[in-house]
Amino acid sequence: MAHITHLKRREFLKSTGVSAVLVLGAHVVPNPIIAAVRAQTAATVQPNLFVGIDADGTVTLTCSRSEMGQGVRTGIPMILADELEADWTRVKIWQAPGDETKYDPAGKDGQNTDGSRSTRHSFEVMRELGASARQLLEKAAAQKWDVDPSEVYAKDHRIYHTNTGDSFDFGEVVDVAAKIPVPSGEGAPKLKLKHPSEWKYIGKDMPVVDNFDMSTGKAGYGADASLPGMKIAVVARPPVFRGKVKSFNAKEALKVPGVEKVFEIPALADDMPAQFRALGGVAVIGSNSWSVMEGRKKLKIKWDDGPFTKHDSQTYDESLRESARQGGSVIRNRGDVPGALAKADKVVEAEYFVPYFIHTPMEPPVALVDANVRPVQVWAPTQAPNETRQYVAEALGLEKTDVECHVTLLGGAFGRKSKPDFACEAAILSKEMGAPVRVQWTREDDVRNGYYHAASAQHLKGGLDASGKLVAWHHCVASPSLLGLWNPAQKTLIPLEAGMGLVDVPYNNVPNIQVETGKTDVMIRVGWYRSVNNIQHAFAINSFANELAAAAGRDPLEFMLELIGDADEMDVRKEGVKEFWNYGDSVEDWPIMPKRLSNALRIVAKKAGYGKPMAKGHGLGLACHRAFHSYVATAVHVVVRDDGSLHIPQVNVAIDCGRYVNPEGIRKQMEGATIYGHTVARHGKITTSKGAVDQSNFHDYPVTRMSDAPLDVRVHVVDDYTHLRPCGVGEPGVPPYAPALSNAVYNATGKRHRALPLAT
Amino acid sequence: MVSFKVNGVSRDFDGDPKMPILWYVRDELGLAGTKFGCGMALCGACTVHVDGQAVRACVTPLAAAEGKEVTTIEGLDPKGNHPVQRAWRAHNVPQCGYCQSGQIMQAASLLKANPDPTDQEIVGGMQGNICRCGTYQRILAAVRTAASEV
Repeated sequence: MAHITHLKRREFLKSTGVSAVLVLGAHVVPNPIIAAVRAQTAATVQPNLFVGIDADGTVTLTCSRSEMGQGVRTGIPMILADELEADWTRVKIWQAPGDETKYDPAGKDGQNTDGSRSTRHSFEVMRELGASARQLLEKAAAQKWDVDPSEVYAKDHRIYHTNTGDSFDFGEVVDVAAKIPVPSGEGAPKLKLKHPSEWKYIGKDMPVVDNFDMSTGKAGYGADASLPGMKIAVVARPPVFRGKVKSFNAKEALKVPGVEKVFEIPALADDMPAQFRALGGVAVIGSNSWSVMEGRKKLKIKWDDGPFTKHDSQTYDESLRESARQGGSVIRNRGDVPGALAKADKVVEAEYFVPYFIHTPMEPPVALVDANVRPVQVWAPTQAPNETRQYVAEALGLEKTDVECHVTLLGGAFGRKSKPDFACEAAILSKEMGAPVRVQWTREDDVRNGYYHAASAQHLKGGLDASGKLVAWHHCVASPSLLGLWNPAQKTLIPLEAGMGLVDVPYNNVPNIQVETGKTDVMIRVGWYRSVNNIQHAFAINSFANELAAAAGRDPLEFMLELIGDADEMDVRKEGVKEFWNYGDSVEDWPIMPKRLSNALRIVAKKAGYGKPMAKGHGLGLACHRAFHSYVATAVHVVVRDDGSLHIPQVNVAIDCGRYVNPEGIRKQMEGATIYGHTVARHGKITTSKGAVDQSNFHDYPVTRMSDAPLDVRVHVVDDYTHLRPCGVGEPGVPPYAPALSNAVYNATGKRHRALPLAT
Repeated sequence: MVSFKVNGVSRDFDGDPKMPILWYVRDELGLAGTKFGCGMALCGACTVHVDGQAVRACVTPLAAAEGKEVTTIEGLDPKGNHPVQRAWRAHNVPQCGYCQSGQIMQAASLLKANPDPTDQEIVGGMQGNICRCGTYQRILAAVRTAASEV
């Protein structure tokens, strides 16, 4: 409870206040996030940085994670409101700026919104913060009545006196509560948390708080942030990673009305790793988005393409395949795989390939920075406000504490907006212009200059005994590591990547398991993408398990259940895994639990009617995967038409994410993850030629549209395990979809696909 | 000089008439509900109405609006209570929300032309609007609901 401290009102306002430079002008778009900050000036008590109560009873709850569609601005405040006993209809949400010293009360993530960890890392501390605020209000009411605090209790935004039935609205005790110091440290009364049976919001469906704004165009995203005197910029970036401007001619660009300046953002020094730094290039700056976009078309730039022109998909992909075949470092070793394979009745081998993807959030990267005030002001749709401060500070030669970062709504993110290179560009240009600058990326910029989901080749070998039991599992992956952003010489996957469904392959009943990583070079910015390496690992593992079932002449469901088993726990650390990365959490708190995976698989098979005869051209495919501590099983029903096109009449998804907050939010995430997975399975493919990305926009980098989307996704939230800790929800729905679809296609046609996107 | 109305207000513009409606409403009028997604009429995030018809504002020049009425999400209904908007909230459609203005404008136009669409007609009418969060299933449900009210 060290984080709960009583703040005087002035301190709270200071800590939550927005700089005076942000005056809304005629040109300026109203931003509801800014308005929410200003509403704090009413008479208020702030028991802690996450709860404020106005004299009119309005409760303002802090959300310190970024809202990118996963519903966090609803889910986390629900936890606070529940323990506070607030009435949800009188709650407002205030979005915290980047300051991990204040707004990361669990002290785990530095406010980063990625890794599907906001709820699981915030759940307990948000309960405590809500409860502590409630107890302060109860104490204030007791003082007003001059009774013992044990005689009062809060319920539905009022404090009641047990004996008399008298009650105060929350607002009516604000004056007294404001004078009571919140006891902290030793001697503080023990927090009384509600029993789960008393929860009124946690575990119940809640519509998202931004529904009205999002359905009326009022919701404020990064692209909508605006400051007086602001300039707008677009940047022509090197087509090849680590390329540089050799020379440029801006004469024609400067003739475009509205273009005010053309400026070169210097490339990084050769010995500076890319990280989240600006790529460099030529910026066109002016008064109107269209003007600068037209101006950019007229730039004449000669590029020095640098060292990565050899990065050509045709040769690079083959090098990954070759590396996966060769094998490499053994990162998990159970039993004796070579021995078991030698004795096996049948050995099956297969190779899987998954290409680069790019995130394409509907809002391309964009950021507004005023570098000419102190602290520097950043408004950005960022998943990582504190990294944004750090990298903007570096770009400007300042300290992190010289930079404030305000978090807008994120128009989609999927991992792209964890990397604040776009904010660095805005900072550099703002300093150059002596004015606030908003950098707008176009879709072409987003597709060609992004952080790519790692391409991967996987080689798998399985040994079956005469009875059709799997006795050996051998898996080797070659894939460029995202650590290449920091260490360009990185050659193999790191524990963080191997921990995403590879080294922790959940086939606990297989007696011999060997997992290896092959070597490869990193030739582009590789970065995390919704559910990260789980995508390729789940695709290969679930597909190959179904291949093995076919080779053994066995039913794939029964076969997969046999591989997984029903053990309570599987501890891979006992099997040669030196550094097991468990999504940043301890194995003791979040163990690998095979029984939860098999349970989810059984549920989804039942719900989908698995085992019933299917018409010609129809197939039902299954896959399951543990990711971000959650256990997700997906069943896809596919119809393969005579022309090879696919129709997906129904998808069933079962998720066991432990203790959950908003089941409606979980359903939405599973529906969305299914569509996201469908893009992975059917469309996503980035390739390079001479180092440059070949694709540019939605015509050559298609994504799932309504016309090819599964439109009947049925989500089954497992609640048999509600005593367990919360687990991730935003990402784990993605990985099982592609293999479930591929297995369904196999069941419909007999054709096995071993590469994404599925070539049908 | 181009003259037209935006959300009922008469506007004259004496800049380059090739400027797309998207950037005029966003940068010049501060109507930020209309979003930029692709710049090539591929995603529908910028959908507005010109004389009631859904168009992609990112590729429609102001010249094409001469003498016409442009409606953005801000002008769809004074209180944000168009049947499509109400249905959107009833079905809890939005995730990140960024594409939703365009989706709603497209759906409103679709229902104006075809007040009782089949599911296939809804899919056909909406397939030009991309949502990366994957809200399509709820969009379909919301358009069905709105169709019963318009």
